Amino acid sequence: MEEPIITVRNLQTFFHLEGRVSKAVDNVSFSVPKGKVICIVGESGCGKSVTALSLLRLVDFPGRIAGGEILFHNRDILKMNTKEIHNLRGDKISMIFQEPMTSLNPVFTIGRQISETLLEHTLCDRKEAWEEGVELIKKVGLPRAEKIMDSYPHELSGGMLQRVMIAIALSCQPELLIADEPTTALDVTIQAQVLDLLRQLRDQSDMSILFITHDLGVVAEIADYVIVMYAGRIIEEAPVTELFRHPRHPYTRGLLKSRPVIGQRRDRLYSIKGQVPDLSELPQGCYFADRCESCMEPCRKEYPESVSDAGGHKTACLLYKEGVANGSTTAEDY
Amino acid sequence: MSILKRKASSDRKRSKSIWEQSFRRLFKNRSAVFSACILGFMFLFSFVGPLISPYSSNGIDVTVMKHPPDFTHWLGTDIYGRDVLTRLMLAGRISLTVGLASMVLSLLLGSLLGAVSGYYGGIVDSIIMRIADILMSIPSLPLLIIIAAMLSEFKVPTDYRLYIVMLMLSLVGWPGLARLIRGQILSLREQMYMKAADVLGLGTWRKIFHHLLPNTYPLLIVVATLSTASGILSESTLSFLGLGVVEPTSSWGNMITIANNLIDFQKHPWLWIPPGAAIFITVVAINVLGDAVRDVLDPKMKGR
Repeated sequence: MEEPIITVRNLQTFFHLEGRVSKAVDNVSFSVPKGKVICIVGESGCGKSVTALSLLRLVDFPGRIAGGEILFHNRDILKMNTKEIHNLRGDKISMIFQEPMTSLNPVFTIGRQISETLLEHTLCDRKEAWEEGVELIKKVGLPRAEKIMDSYPHELSGGMLQRVMIAIALSCQPELLIADEPTTALDVTIQAQVLDLLRQLRDQSDMSILFITHDLGVVAEIADYVIVMYAGRIIEEAPVTELFRHPRHPYTRGLLKSRPVIGQRRDRLYSIKGQVPDLSELPQGCYFADRCESCMEPCRKEYPESVSDAGGHKTACLLYKEGVANGSTTAEDY
Repeated sequence: MSILKRKASSDRKRSKSIWEQSFRRLFKNRSAVFSACILGFMFLFSFVGPLISPYSSNGIDVTVMKHPPDFTHWLGTDIYGRDVLTRLMLAGRISLTVGLASMVLSLLLGSLLGAVSGYYGGIVDSIIMRIADILMSIPSLPLLIIIAAMLSEFKVPTDYRLYIVMLMLSLVGWPGLARLIRGQILSLREQMYMKAADVLGLGTWRKIFHHLLPNTYPLLIVVATLSTASGILSESTLSFLGLGVVEPTSSWGNMITIANNLIDFQKHPWLWIPPGAAIFITVVAINVLGDAVRDVLDPKMKGR
């Protein structure tokens, strides 16, 4: 693996609510290599978005980054001062959101909002920024760029707006693009186009993408490496093909099983029973124990450590810890 | 309908902005257009009129004291034989300028302080809002009277009093506006696009002035019109009480002072009716216009 652009070590982001502490992100470590797409998967409320916001130090009160380090080119983002972090945001690390409709200010034209980031981070004047904006809009594949520059957000469709958002995010050629469920609000065809676009941009500019989603179909499309999160922790991570071929953690297997498969007619989709535990009252043992189909006695006593195999497939599950059970279970039924 | 359709489909070079649309709707509102015309006339009357008038503001002429209206003096003359019409025009200059300037000042103060307190919250918010509360809890007229009395005590030259009146009016005018703006900013800053602005690393001032305040412009415009009216009224009140603009400078307010005198009130109505009417017409026109602007800019009123 190449030198990673960003390395997260033991990140902890806690929310302090009414005297209770919700561990939204707990001991998360991963790194994003140059030019790769890393996907974070997991169901709602498992800490994916908070992880992403933590990378830019944008966790709002009552949230707080309690520990760990986030190294961007070997400099800790958590120790930067306000000016440095401002220079980083939008310039080196950019982000796009789930809802393109609400991510743009309704009272300004697209052109103004694109040039704004350029004016903030580069030394160009208004005219240059405008021209650059037109180029960017062309680059994300929107026709009639000049006309779009003069439009207001309400005049464009969701797919177009998401492209505009991508254009804005790309305006300063960031090294890392964080995409927080960028396709969730879009319909399937537009979704495919946006994914294509992201992949294409990645290939062109060698930018890394941290992609957050709950859609395994999207993961299969775009990811190089997948991280599965559950209740604020990473429970499994592997290169994409490996993960889809040999999912190990019962949660991952559950997720893969609960996808609809084209051509198969089933009355009911498989679903993992139960709910994500309350993040402020996490059990002592494995957080997934209550919902796990292969839960054993030791699972309730200690949180399993992450175990890595030779291929770099890491799983935090006692099933794969030597001496407890032999990790022979493979994806028999996904 | 077909015309509309054709218009929409024809290749527009620039999409119609919100302002353009609002302006069109405003133009359709008859009372708004009418009051805008009246205001336009008032401005011409006050700012261009004196240039045409053959009399000067302080052209005392003892031969024609308290002369009723005729063809040489259209609105008669006052106790010193000065032409009432000319003084009325010059007074309009003062009154309109004071109204507008105090509006601009209180708008600047109010929107800036409101935005800052809404954006930063916490201690900054508490301090600014408490100051606003204090200013709002004192009835404004007594406050103005006290300040004016202090000015007389310190013998501020009459030329400067005009500017000080503006400052005084904006001082009592900003707290209400600051509260309005703060409320707006509080809800606006939680919008997704503000998070997006954070992500893009935009600076604080850019966020406040380029993202938050422009979203409050519709509100600001309405408040601006209405506070111009109240500025003119307050100035008249103060001048009437002899605490604002004082003689020999004329303002609509101090011209009505003459009505205090029972004989002048009964025998010389041309001395006090014109300035009174001028105040009345101007303030009503501004308020009607402000109402129309609010109707136009408020999206919830669109269906009406």
